[in-house]
Amino acid sequence: MTNQDSHIIKTNNLAIGYFNRKETTCIVDDINLSLTKGNFVCVLGKNGIGKSTLLRTLTKVQPKLSGEIILDGKNLESISNPELAKKLSLVLTERIPESNLTVYELIALGRQPYTNWIGKLNEDDLQQIDWAIEQLNIKELIAKKHDELSDGQLQKVMIARALVQDTEIIILDEPTVHLDLHNTIEIFSILKKLSKDYNKTILISTHEIHLALQLADQLWLLKDDGITSGQTESLITDGSVSKLFSTDLITFDIKSKQFIINNK
Amino acid sequence: MNKINSYRINFLIISVFLIFFVLINLSLGSVNIPFKSVIQTLTGSNTPKESWQYIILDYRLPKAITAILVGAGLSISGLLMQTLFRNPLAGPFVLGISSGASLGVALLVLGISVFSGSMVGIAFSNFGISIAASIGSLLVLSAVMVVARKVKNTMSILIIGLMFGSFTAAIISVLAYFSPAEKLQQYVFWTFGSLGNLGWSEISILTIISLLCIGLLATIIKPLNSLLLGENYAISLGVNIKKTRNTTLIITGILTGVITAFSGPIAFIGLAVPHLTKLIIKTSNHRILLPAVAIIGAIIMLISDTIAQLPTSEYTLPINAVTSLFGAPIVIWLLIRKRSLS
Repeated sequence: MTNQDSHIIKTNNLAIGYFNRKETTCIVDDINLSLTKGNFVCVLGKNGIGKSTLLRTLTKVQPKLSGEIILDGKNLESISNPELAKKLSLVLTERIPESNLTVYELIALGRQPYTNWIGKLNEDDLQQIDWAIEQLNIKELIAKKHDELSDGQLQKVMIARALVQDTEIIILDEPTVHLDLHNTIEIFSILKKLSKDYNKTILISTHEIHLALQLADQLWLLKDDGITSGQTESLITDGSVSKLFSTDLITFDIKSKQFIINNK
Repeated sequence: MNKINSYRINFLIISVFLIFFVLINLSLGSVNIPFKSVIQTLTGSNTPKESWQYIILDYRLPKAITAILVGAGLSISGLLMQTLFRNPLAGPFVLGISSGASLGVALLVLGISVFSGSMVGIAFSNFGISIAASIGSLLVLSAVMVVARKVKNTMSILIIGLMFGSFTAAIISVLAYFSPAEKLQQYVFWTFGSLGNLGWSEISILTIISLLCIGLLATIIKPLNSLLLGENYAISLGVNIKKTRNTTLIITGILTGVITAFSGPIAFIGLAVPHLTKLIIKTSNHRILLPAVAIIGAIIMLISDTIAQLPTSEYTLPINAVTSLFGAPIVIWLLIRKRSLS
């Protein structure tokens, strides 16, 4: 587990935040994290603490302020976009623009890093697409237009799209944010299965603490005083999880892995 | 299983329509020429009358080809703008490119008379007008591109394009106010638009430029499709957004600039045809949409031109008025029918 090679993403003294014309706003600095190959990792923390910024920086959507990000032994900046597209795929919170795209066409776009100049799908591409559709169990949706889907269905489609990109790492920003409990649990179990059965490295930010505590191999806890990371079990036992929310409204019950509202 | 539809039948149908409307366009005009004679002239078998042959080969045929090139080029520009700016109301007009061409012509026709009055000879020639329009549109396009490099948000670029349009329109108004009536008339005639002014040499220039743009267009079909997911997803799929955006802007600028130069500012085609096409062929795949938009744009332009000729009468309506008369209601009808444009 401590083997250097198993760390597919590693950050050294990374600082994240925003550039402005006049100033740089640093949200979190001195971040030293590593993402282990084949793990299902959840990023937890309250709103505005920098979860999205962290994920956007790790995926090159947003520039870092300082420090370095090593992906697969290479500096993230030295990896070109087409190269990165074969290593890392994304599911973002942003809505996709209106269009006539069908679900099938949308998922097929995930094959772009591998298709020829005009984007023609070959036998291998078609197989990958069918496989992803099967994994997400969305066969009945493929002929629909993407704007006819419910939030839960759309999220599964977007995960299928990331899956056909055939990358070792899939990063998802709050994948269950608008979903009901049923869909949330379904998405979490699909992600867990993908990491377990197909050795995908999956990093998500989420507010579903209870599910994360049950399913994640590792947690990254973003708190006001910095980031703590480690195996889920050890973070529970050493009390890191219970310090996640610095408020006396709730306490963490280690035995049941649950936050409980304090009765005064 | 055919999951990604290739729309072969749709293409067959619109191609047949295109040929049909080319023949209609060639057959109708102020001089009544029987359909049979039109075919005979085209196939070069026997020609009944010298004058008919002249009308068809040296006037109607170049005009029909111009209509096809203009319709296809403007429609492609419109589709490109709509995808790039992810805005259903985008088009060459909105970006200010057409206004740039108008400004070039206005400066030449109106400006010279205001400032000197001695260079009138150059201003009168079609050639001078074409050059002025091309320079004008390319200047506005470069200005938009310089701004686009600084402003990341595509929505802002759209608004900046609109502002460029208003700005150039204001300059034209000022020039018009100080111009003598005859010059104003000459400028206004250019803004009416015309497909019939092009000789074979000008058509070959237009054809070569259109083909170059289509070649360039083929290289960005794939990134344009990924842009349907939004810029961040497109980047995550390995797309070079800057290059795609610049290529798209260059194609649009050149196509619109050259077309406007030769045929005047023709409104609504660039805006309306992509929507009309998406109604007939329900896809967003640019590999299908681009050729479809080009063919349907050509058909619409041929129909507009046929109407503008007011068959059997001696009058010709300004083509720009015809496209607007039909374009505006179509856009309104589309909006009401679909309640939204995509």
